[in-house]
Amino acid sequence: MRNRKPGWLSGAVALGTVMLLGGCQLDVLDPMGNIGQQEKSLIVLATWLMLIVVVPVITLTLVFAWRYRSTNANATYMPNWAHSRPVEVTVWAVPVAIIAVLAVITWQTTHSLDPYRPLVSNRKPVVIDVVALDWKWMFIYPDQGIATVNEIAFPVGTPVEFHITSDSVMNSFFIPRLGSQIFAMAGMETGLHLIADHPGTYFGQSANFSGAGFSDMHFNAIATTDAGFGAWVEKVRHSGRVLNDAAYPSVAAPSEKVPPIYFAQVQHGLFDQIIAKYRGKALNFNSGMKAE
Amino acid sequence: MLGKLTWADIPFDNPIEMGAVVFMGLMVAAVLGLVTWYRQWPYLWREWITSVDHKKIGMMYILLALVMLLRGFSDAIMMRAQQAIAHDGAPGYLPPHHYDQIFTAHGVIMIFFMAMPFMIGLMNIAVPLQIGARDVAFPFLNSISFWLTAVSVGLVNLSLAIGEFAQTGWLAYPPLSELQYSPGVGVDYYIWSLQISGIGTLLTGINFFVTILKMRAPGMNYMKMPVFVWTALCTNVLIMAAFPILTVTLALLTLDRYLGMHFFTNDAGGNQMMYVNLIWAWGHPEVYILILPAFGIFSEVVATYSKKHLFGYTAMVYATVSITVLSFVVWLHHFFTMGSGANVNAFFGITTMIIAIPTGVKVFNWLFTMFRGRVEMHPAMLWTIGFMVTFTIGGMTGVLLAVPGADFVLHNSLFLIAHFHNVIIGGVLFGYLAGFNYWFPKAMGFKLHEGLGKAAFWFWLVGFYVAFMPLYVLGFMGMTRRMNHYDNPAWTPWLQVAAFGACLIMIGIILQVTQLVVSIRQREALRDVTGDPWGGRTLEWSMSSPPPFYNFAVTPHVHALDEFCDAKERGRIARYEGTYEDIHMPRNTPAGLFIAIFAAIMGFALIWHIWWMAAAGLLAMVATFIWRTCDDDIDYYVKGSEVARIEAEHERQVDLAAQLAAVRV
Repeated sequence: MRNRKPGWLSGAVALGTVMLLGGCQLDVLDPMGNIGQQEKSLIVLATWLMLIVVVPVITLTLVFAWRYRSTNANATYMPNWAHSRPVEVTVWAVPVAIIAVLAVITWQTTHSLDPYRPLVSNRKPVVIDVVALDWKWMFIYPDQGIATVNEIAFPVGTPVEFHITSDSVMNSFFIPRLGSQIFAMAGMETGLHLIADHPGTYFGQSANFSGAGFSDMHFNAIATTDAGFGAWVEKVRHSGRVLNDAAYPSVAAPSEKVPPIYFAQVQHGLFDQIIAKYRGKALNFNSGMKAE
Repeated sequence: MLGKLTWADIPFDNPIEMGAVVFMGLMVAAVLGLVTWYRQWPYLWREWITSVDHKKIGMMYILLALVMLLRGFSDAIMMRAQQAIAHDGAPGYLPPHHYDQIFTAHGVIMIFFMAMPFMIGLMNIAVPLQIGARDVAFPFLNSISFWLTAVSVGLVNLSLAIGEFAQTGWLAYPPLSELQYSPGVGVDYYIWSLQISGIGTLLTGINFFVTILKMRAPGMNYMKMPVFVWTALCTNVLIMAAFPILTVTLALLTLDRYLGMHFFTNDAGGNQMMYVNLIWAWGHPEVYILILPAFGIFSEVVATYSKKHLFGYTAMVYATVSITVLSFVVWLHHFFTMGSGANVNAFFGITTMIIAIPTGVKVFNWLFTMFRGRVEMHPAMLWTIGFMVTFTIGGMTGVLLAVPGADFVLHNSLFLIAHFHNVIIGGVLFGYLAGFNYWFPKAMGFKLHEGLGKAAFWFWLVGFYVAFMPLYVLGFMGMTRRMNHYDNPAWTPWLQVAAFGACLIMIGIILQVTQLVVSIRQREALRDVTGDPWGGRTLEWSMSSPPPFYNFAVTPHVHALDEFCDAKERGRIARYEGTYEDIHMPRNTPAGLFIAIFAAIMGFALIWHIWWMAAAGLLAMVATFIWRTCDDDIDYYVKGSEVARIEAEHERQVDLAAQLAAVRV
């Protein structure tokens, strides 16, 4: 039984690597936008840095356990050796050095990848207001005056500015192939800036459990050309439906597996109303959230 | 009369739940029946149920933990089966209402009712013996703590038969856990079982903190304490600091649900972010409450089976203390995605990484303890080596998640699930199982079967990798946690591999049960007469196995770190020749059991809004406590002559064993 572990482990690692390279779809490590790209690089860099200490630790564990097994009478035995200044200095210094480097990287990237930070671009961002509902996503395009459920579109190479809230429980707005996620919470507004560099239809979901219909709380995020985006907006405008105070309660009522719905018109200020209704008289209530 | 409770609350229409209920009922009936058949009630009552002996309470804690490991694992394998089949339109066999209860119960049971009792059980058995004490500081309080935990386990399991459990995830984030979105009794079961067991845990924290500070044998200053005692001390400090936060947080949620207040509701000024901060201000220290004693166990095990002094004892102590302090300034890393500013996120990311430094030092110290040792591959040591490899990987993915920029795409994904199982199975559970194999002969008087222990280890280790490495991949594939079904065909094969891994772990668990049964049957062959089966280093190995109920016949004097090892090496072991003094002992009492039962009745009544019963339960609790306070007959003296008789018998056994061994050679 003894010491079969190295075989098992390397087998598992080899198998894992083969399957990884075998072309399976790793959404997070195959990003389609700049934010996701930076996050992928960060994950890879941090992993390499940590492997500097992880690989020797695992190797030494297995080597020492094998070399100094009790049945190996040839190995040196020093029962009272329990202190060594060089070893102690090394085992403190190496992790300290790695964490120091990682801390600097963390400080910088946490600022550069701050979800609230607008993206630098010479193109005007597309603004989308996002409302998490039971169990679907409602999107309002304030500049275009349209709204949808469970589908968004935006042009490639254009920053998208999301304003996010919830009219129900806590959810998390997440398009894995574009990068960062952020929570959607009632009575509050969070913000997220993303960009797509390649056209495609990307899977969007809630990444925070929100109740019975959670598993089907998906949406499509369509990154397309400027013309494609214009055509999509026109298609939504021709749907004939209106999203206003009268129509909203039926949209907000709990429902599951909701297919995309288009609204040609949306009542002005609906998004702000949804947030404000939870604040009661305390309109200036400071939730602690950073304002956009 | 019965509040909200009606016949409709018993899930007769759900075959899976009813099956579990019937199975549980049969098991309980079988145990009760056997005890009655063999007329063991008086023995059980006298020696166990009313016991205030730390060793017996410890064993009952561990028994409770092992039973709950089976329950929590059943939940796990049901989830893995569901996710392996519920793809591309197939709904699987668990509808969301049931599935959501299962993942909530799995988390709650594994943390609160498996890991915590296991850890507290090991502390109960080992800490007083390691510091040369007769018992814990407050033996009666210890009994209350145990029974409060036990009845909470009862409440959680009762939710299977009567009503439902929470469908919120194990931390019950509002507003989902508020009345508006969870109107059923599930969250109330969650609240009251955690409140009752949480009080028990807090009392344990106080008890062991005082025990370690005040009851060490003369000569044992802080830097002569075994590492396990150090880690237990730090854990109990954390319990005292963190558990009141949990109690208050749940109390505020209770006020929201029962009295219509608005601490965490969406409207009227409620703030869900407050709950998330508070629950993690308890929740993060909680994971160190679990892992620190495991680190202590590894330190004891690695030195004992390497036949060497622990490398860098002082560094180990400072690392433990710094982890204890740092564990309180990292909680925000559980929700970088909640929208804090970059400065706040970066601060908490960096403090989290800093914890990796003392933890890394610990791993190096265990490594260099093996260096130039004579490493014996006992199951306890195998768990330790398996831990060092596995935990290092889990630590790496943990630091990765501590980088906010990485967490933004990995938060709440299966990568996170893989990470925390990697550290909680590979760290916490492996540690407790090492401790279980290590201290079993001390508690029971015979060793565990080694072959079956090794076989169980290998199935657990391989099963762990097969079950959880695919989850790392699935995290990178964008799969989030707690999904009941999904439409992405690329995820399916990985989830099927993970389900297979869970089956391997199941074989490991079956082997562990077999190991226990076989060891009990072969107990005469596995008996440890010397009290020191492993060449132990600390005081618990200096006495018989199991130790006499009064522990140390004569209070030991401590001269060195690893006192017993030092005494053996310097030839300081000598049989006591003087006369034995009378020993002051606490009397057994059923008060702890009664208080806990009344607490459970109160909890059950509050869950179902049966107000008269809740009031009656509370009054009965207070009355029992007052009755106990008025009882003056709570202690007695063991006569010195009785101690002398017991000690002489042990010495005779040791001599006999030595002669037998000499004859065999």
